[in-house]
Amino acid sequence: MSLVLIAIGLLMASALAALLLSRDPRLATICGVGGAMLAGLAGLIPSLRILLAGDNESFVLAWCMPGGSFHIGLDAVSAVFLIPIFLLTALAALYGGTYLKPFWGKRAIGFSWFCFNLLTACLILVVVARNGLLFLMAWEGMSLASFFLVVFENDKKDAREAGWLYLVATHLGTAFLLIFFALLAREAQSLDFDRIGALAPGIANAAFLLAVIGFGTKAGFLPLHVWLPEAHPAAPSHVSAVLSGVMIKTGIYGLVRTLILLGHPPAWWGWTLVGIGLSSGILGVVYALAQHDLKRLLAYHSVENIGIIALGLGLGALGLSTGHPLVAQLGFAGALLHVVNHALFKGLLFLGAGAVAHGTGTRDMDRLGGLAKTMPWTALTFVIGAAAIAGLPPLNGFVSEFLMYYGALLACLPGGMTNPLPAVGVVTGLALIGGLAAACFAKAFGIVFLGEPRTDAARSAHECGLSMRLPMIILAAACILIGFGAPWAVAALKPAIAGLTSVPAAQIFGGAERPMLLLMELIIGFAAVAGVAVLLGVLQKRLLKNRSVRQAPTWDCGYAAPTPRMQYTASSFALWFVDAFRWILRTERRRSLPKGYFPDAAFMATETPDGFRELVFRPVFTQIRWALASLRWIQHGRLQLYILYIAATLVALLIWYASCL
Amino acid sequence: MNLISCLHMAVALILAPLMLGVINRTKARVAGRNGAPLLQLYFDLGKLLRKGAVYSRTTTWVFRAGPLIGLAAVLGALLVTPFGKSGAVLAFDGDLVLFAYWLGLMRFVTVLAALDTGSSFEGMGASREVFFSALAEPAFLLGLVGLARATDAISLSTILPSISAATWLAAGPALALIATAWLVILLAENARIPVDDPNTHLELTMIHEVMVLDHCGPDLGLILYGAALKLWVMGALLVSLLTPVRYGVVWQDALVFLGGMLILAVGIGLIESAMARLRLARVPQLLMGASALAVLALMLIMK
Repeated sequence: MSLVLIAIGLLMASALAALLLSRDPRLATICGVGGAMLAGLAGLIPSLRILLAGDNESFVLAWCMPGGSFHIGLDAVSAVFLIPIFLLTALAALYGGTYLKPFWGKRAIGFSWFCFNLLTACLILVVVARNGLLFLMAWEGMSLASFFLVVFENDKKDAREAGWLYLVATHLGTAFLLIFFALLAREAQSLDFDRIGALAPGIANAAFLLAVIGFGTKAGFLPLHVWLPEAHPAAPSHVSAVLSGVMIKTGIYGLVRTLILLGHPPAWWGWTLVGIGLSSGILGVVYALAQHDLKRLLAYHSVENIGIIALGLGLGALGLSTGHPLVAQLGFAGALLHVVNHALFKGLLFLGAGAVAHGTGTRDMDRLGGLAKTMPWTALTFVIGAAAIAGLPPLNGFVSEFLMYYGALLACLPGGMTNPLPAVGVVTGLALIGGLAAACFAKAFGIVFLGEPRTDAARSAHECGLSMRLPMIILAAACILIGFGAPWAVAALKPAIAGLTSVPAAQIFGGAERPMLLLMELIIGFAAVAGVAVLLGVLQKRLLKNRSVRQAPTWDCGYAAPTPRMQYTASSFALWFVDAFRWILRTERRRSLPKGYFPDAAFMATETPDGFRELVFRPVFTQIRWALASLRWIQHGRLQLYILYIAATLVALLIWYASCL
Repeated sequence: MNLISCLHMAVALILAPLMLGVINRTKARVAGRNGAPLLQLYFDLGKLLRKGAVYSRTTTWVFRAGPLIGLAAVLGALLVTPFGKSGAVLAFDGDLVLFAYWLGLMRFVTVLAALDTGSSFEGMGASREVFFSALAEPAFLLGLVGLARATDAISLSTILPSISAATWLAAGPALALIATAWLVILLAENARIPVDDPNTHLELTMIHEVMVLDHCGPDLGLILYGAALKLWVMGALLVSLLTPVRYGVVWQDALVFLGGMLILAVGIGLIESAMARLRLARVPQLLMGASALAVLALMLIMK
């Protein structure tokens, strides 16, 4: 516990130091990166210890805030979320130190590191806070710090618009959370989490809905995801990795904590979460398929993966409410493991996308290609991340999805749930999402890294330095490690699952160790396939030894003058999907076709704006803006009158307070 | 894991290329030709493994790793595939998911190797492959969910062997629907008519063949052998579903299963002789049809 406090202190101190030293970008960077990495190291130790030991620690400090207390605690559930936070922020900071170098002297580097370390401190505080007020303050700090990180390149219109959208969305979410905590506080007469006891069903249902909307906005549940595909690509890549890898997980953490606080869930909560999971998962990946911008594609995949996590949580809640403990434990185990996994591979992929942008100056996939030759390390780590996020064995993404599949299949059996429809939905949804995600990452990796470079920018690409490569290598290794170490990774989650299902850790998975043995068989399969692949590699080498191995151009089917521009592009690769889902995607096409016998320039461009943003939120917000225009006379820009407003409000509050006494 | 299942796996490894020989011989006989020898694929494999190689200058290690990982992955699927009514080498609850995902890994690396050549033809094949398989995968798993519920088991090595005459009497229509859906998926995933034509070398109409245009020598050998194994594992599931007899004697069950595989190969040959390849735009409809059948079967089983 004390090490977590030290980590928070280190982050705060280094944040301030970076701000004070902002005159000198080098010193500010050293402060920021050093603080984040030291804090990561300090924080990982207690998090791992708590995760493995499964005990609780808490720390209370007197605090003069009304209704608040500086009450923080560390249990296995918090530890599951803390480990990716510490790991990913430390690695992202190491990467960001080099990534931001081209911006030295042009932008506020010191301020950027101030925000980065503040964001990290708030992320930690959100996960360990055990008091509603403290939680909300950390939550708000997290939102503001990440807003300033998103608008880092604030001379670009896109970044500014993305920032505003994010700021509005996150505060709308926070508004629901305010009501959520106010409701809980009214029932429990305290904002401390441990005072919240059993609630009346009506109150619990209302609290659940508020939490789904409030936390779902941060997590990116469809249709509350609209800010996500704008904000994540706009931020610098190491920040995107943290936003996508761990910040949106605080929304999931909030939901998990809510499920723990509210106790036994009714079945419709599970149905709701499964429904949200299916819509976010499937539509997220469908939107991702239609993107040309590598980072935007990755951002939509975050929506998809949050959907997968929601499927696991929903399955867990259903298992609890229908009295199938094993289904519940497997659902929650899958969801929690996917939280960690997604932080690893999505962090890795965003860092890879950043390395591509850094090395070529563009993120447009149709302008890239052939980078595997010039950026071998980025390519190798990116393809591992791509296979992992597509849920392919023998990597970590498969293990978490496998746990959910297993739970859902158990629920489908005759002895399973009376109404297995949601479980069938989980299986079908995971299969569909898996197929679409594999297609999308075949496209992302294949078009960007394979083939011939499509433009000069791609031709002149260069590999990034060691400090940017090392974080990617560590994350890729972690993806492989969790895949092959599946039984141990899942065993480490037992205390956290115990916290969610109120079953002692020793009895998780029925105590019979059946799922554990099964995971052992699973990794025997992994090892067999990996061994065979290596043997075949040796065989290929030996067969080709002493034989003629020539280099030639790609078979061009007799056409004499192929150019790199004739290759399949990201858009053409995804055309089948875009066509099949055009009723959702509404892709806009602008084109001018070749005309006449001697046609000159022709072009075709497609763009897929977010349908929910264009068709749902934009009309609604236009109406709201129109309605609020009549209040504009309050905003006149005179400072004296603004101060008068504040004074009047304070006096009114004072009178109200006095009358209550 | 026991000796018999290991032996069974060895038989599968040896006999898999024969399936394609039987299919081609059937097609030839229906067309009134003598056709290539039954063992033609073995000869081809032997020849390819003795050859040198030509690699495109565009390609990287991804292109060379594709056939290796692809074959290893389909062997992973074979590890959990039951041999008719006899369990697989590796059998555990949920192995059906691993089966589907090993085939997914095989597809992923094949697609990446195709994109690595920078050829627009291979890009075209890769794009079709990922789209059609994304439609096929949910239908395949839905069928398995139905079978799992009908037999109260979630391991391939328990589900398929426990399908008996009694299961067919109790849930015959549903099982028939699942078998039909699986047959469609088998044809689509293994590049057979009516989805793909394994004989044509007109790149514009192909899916699987076009993705491996640039492979040659030992690499092409591994790919062809991997494709034969893929047909074997998917065929094995279908045949085990369709044979409701179980003697309990190893050699009798093995003979029934091998007979079933032979009939399946002849059946595929007859389908290929009797049908034309569908227009590409019709293929998604065919696969959606298979999904609809699987959903219907599931509804019948769950009623």
